[in-house]
Amino acid sequence: MERCMAFDKELNLEATELRLGLPGIKESEKQPFSTIKSNKRAFPNMDEKSCGSKDGSKASHAQKCNQEIASPAKAQVVGWPPVRSYRKNCFQAKTMESEATSAYLKVSMDGAPYLRKIDLKVYKGYPELLKALEDMFKFSVGDYSESEGYNNGSEFVATYEDKDGDWMLVGDVPWDMFISSCKRLRIMKGSEARGLGCAV
Amino acid sequence: MRKERTEISQDDDRSPPADLRGTDSAESSNKTRNCSGVGSVSGSTGPSSMEFQAPCPDQVLENVLENVLQFLSSRRDRNAASLVCKSWLRVEALTRSDLYIGNCYSVSPRRAMNRFSGVRSVSIKGRPRFADFNLMPIDWGAHFAPWVTAMASAYPWLEKVYLKRMSITDDDLALLAESFPSFKELVIVCCDGFSTSGLALIASDCRQLKVLDLIESEVTDDDVDWIACFPESGATCLESLIFDCVECPINFDALESLVARSPSLKKLRLNCYVSIGQLCRLIVRAPQLTHLGTGSYSSPDDIVPGEHASDLQSALASCKSLVCLSGFKEMLPDYLPAIYPVCANLTSLNFSYANIHADQIISVIFHCHKLQVFWVLDSIRDEGLQAVASTCKDLRELRVFPLDARGDTEGPVSDVGLQAISEGCRKLRSILYFCQHMTNEAVIAMSTNCPDLEVFRLCIITLHSPDHVTGKPMDEGFGAIVMNCKKLTRLAVSGLLTDRAFGYIGKYGKLLRTLSVAFAGDSDMGLKYVLEGCPRLQKLEIRDSPFGDAALHSGLHHYYNMRFLWMSSCRLSPKGCQEIVRALPRLVVEVIKDEVAECPDNTVNILYMYRSLEGPRNDAPKIVTILQ
Repeated sequence: MERCMAFDKELNLEATELRLGLPGIKESEKQPFSTIKSNKRAFPNMDEKSCGSKDGSKASHAQKCNQEIASPAKAQVVGWPPVRSYRKNCFQAKTMESEATSAYLKVSMDGAPYLRKIDLKVYKGYPELLKALEDMFKFSVGDYSESEGYNNGSEFVATYEDKDGDWMLVGDVPWDMFISSCKRLRIMKGSEARGLGCAV
Repeated sequence: MRKERTEISQDDDRSPPADLRGTDSAESSNKTRNCSGVGSVSGSTGPSSMEFQAPCPDQVLENVLENVLQFLSSRRDRNAASLVCKSWLRVEALTRSDLYIGNCYSVSPRRAMNRFSGVRSVSIKGRPRFADFNLMPIDWGAHFAPWVTAMASAYPWLEKVYLKRMSITDDDLALLAESFPSFKELVIVCCDGFSTSGLALIASDCRQLKVLDLIESEVTDDDVDWIACFPESGATCLESLIFDCVECPINFDALESLVARSPSLKKLRLNCYVSIGQLCRLIVRAPQLTHLGTGSYSSPDDIVPGEHASDLQSALASCKSLVCLSGFKEMLPDYLPAIYPVCANLTSLNFSYANIHADQIISVIFHCHKLQVFWVLDSIRDEGLQAVASTCKDLRELRVFPLDARGDTEGPVSDVGLQAISEGCRKLRSILYFCQHMTNEAVIAMSTNCPDLEVFRLCIITLHSPDHVTGKPMDEGFGAIVMNCKKLTRLAVSGLLTDRAFGYIGKYGKLLRTLSVAFAGDSDMGLKYVLEGCPRLQKLEIRDSPFGDAALHSGLHHYYNMRFLWMSSCRLSPKGCQEIVRALPRLVVEVIKDEVAECPDNTVNILYMYRSLEGPRNDAPKIVTILQ
């Protein structure tokens, strides 16, 4: 590759320099390369040999090497490695279950075209959860009472499917029991919810 | 109405009046397609019909041409034929039955359908591949709706639809189900936007359905029992039912009944809501299966682990024709031995969702002498790949996916595995290999040991990773690949790469059609080498590489020959992109801002540009700017 060899031989350092900044920015104003995306990860695995060797292009690479090793944050790069989320989710779901760091559940609402997902672990109790659902789907649940469930003031009622596959009214059981047994949520019309009394 | 005309022409052997000639040759092309022999234009014996048809030599020539062109199946051949002259253009258009739209925005449905009137099968691709990795806004476009609406009136005899990376709604599926009485095959790959309600309509209304393949697509759970929507009685025409990506519970009894009523069913890929016990029951109903996706491959209700194992083993053994296995989404190792007996005949095995140990995978591999296609997780480790290399001498395609996509760990697969594969699997044609580090030596070995390579995709997850033994860039390895693999059409590069690597690609990659670049190169020269050196380049996707406006301009001579160019997080400026628009008016140049990351005003975050006959599209979301 003659062109390439001649190019190298010129050792045109500035032209071949691996700059991290945007075009036109001087040395002193150097910014990390990926100002556009989130920070790249540090490269703790970078070989010593790859830095500071004779070749001109490597020298500038060494510069880059040092700069990036200096940045401590091991932030994720968006879309890297290029694995489809479908595939990633298959395994993340498993690790999530075991680590119990979050519990994403599907929430559907009668009449709404799309399902949503929420992370139950983010909420500390029923009031927060219900408020979040109200905001998400733009409705109101009304007040909860043990004897009557949700009062007739609202059209919609929040229900959930538990581990046994039964549909229950949200609010009947203690919060901790709820988050461990709830598999999915459904906001249904009040008229359909009659008969979902207190858990037996 | 179209059918009536065909019937009339079949009865009527005389030459049609001049003003209807165009239409009639459309009908006669339908007939010639249905006839097995050459020369029988109207269904009767050749010579007598030719006599009636031949007042004008041009008409004779066109009829002959139709009969000849009907044998051309390759779309590239047909594209070439259509360029000969207007007569050939016309006749080719009439006889084309498979319409392939590589970029749904390159041509409008109306234009395509005006030209090709006799189409029975349509394939449409939408979003660019990098959209799969969350690099594009969700509502970017690629809607199926305008296509299905146009096809509903233009192609009433449509039989097959193939969609990749498109947005499909339930309404689209409803329209499809009701518009095409001969509809036979629906294949949906990497799409989204529809739900089980849409599937239910396809199941219930497409009475001639042979193929319903849903592959790696997102299907919303609408709580609709779509499996039960297939016609309840009588045999079905089903040959292929693939729904492993549909993450909704299914009505098993309905599924079992469906399988029992589908004597032609050859391909069945279940989702993870099917347990092993249920799997056994299904297999027993369909011993003629050739392709099986096992679903979860687990048995959560086992009292004794593996209690269904012998049932499963005998069920599988009854499938004498099984050549392809996949699934294993929640695999229980106790059930692994059940597949040993079928391994000997397997040509394709997808273990890429099976999170099991290397030695367990190896125990399966030792039985798979005929394997040609193997997808697996990197938990197979280098030892596992060595087992593959020593056993699977016929291997054509290998994909090794990362289990832990976060990387930065001591990778379980490395240059050792790649070297072993190159030495053992000499017939390799296609490889996708994720690893943490690599060496030039292993890549060079593959380039010399596997001369049949057409697809080489190496993804070194650690960014800018050099050869971990020598510390040098990976230039020589990739250089050897383009130099030695004379059949190479698709290449994905990674690791530490200088412009030299791109020099090699430009010099030797003469057959390259698809190139993926990430975090590579030193300067504009890198991209210039490629754009100036690779005449067959169709699809170029680049991210996070230091290529700027000058490099972009060096491809002006070639962009009309390409399907698309994607560049994200490079060094492009709005001005540089604007100049492309000025120079090439038939290119659509889309610039997409990233809402999340802060982007300095004088750089372009995402450039996605493609040739189009239609100019800027009108369905782009706000975040997309189409330069004009």
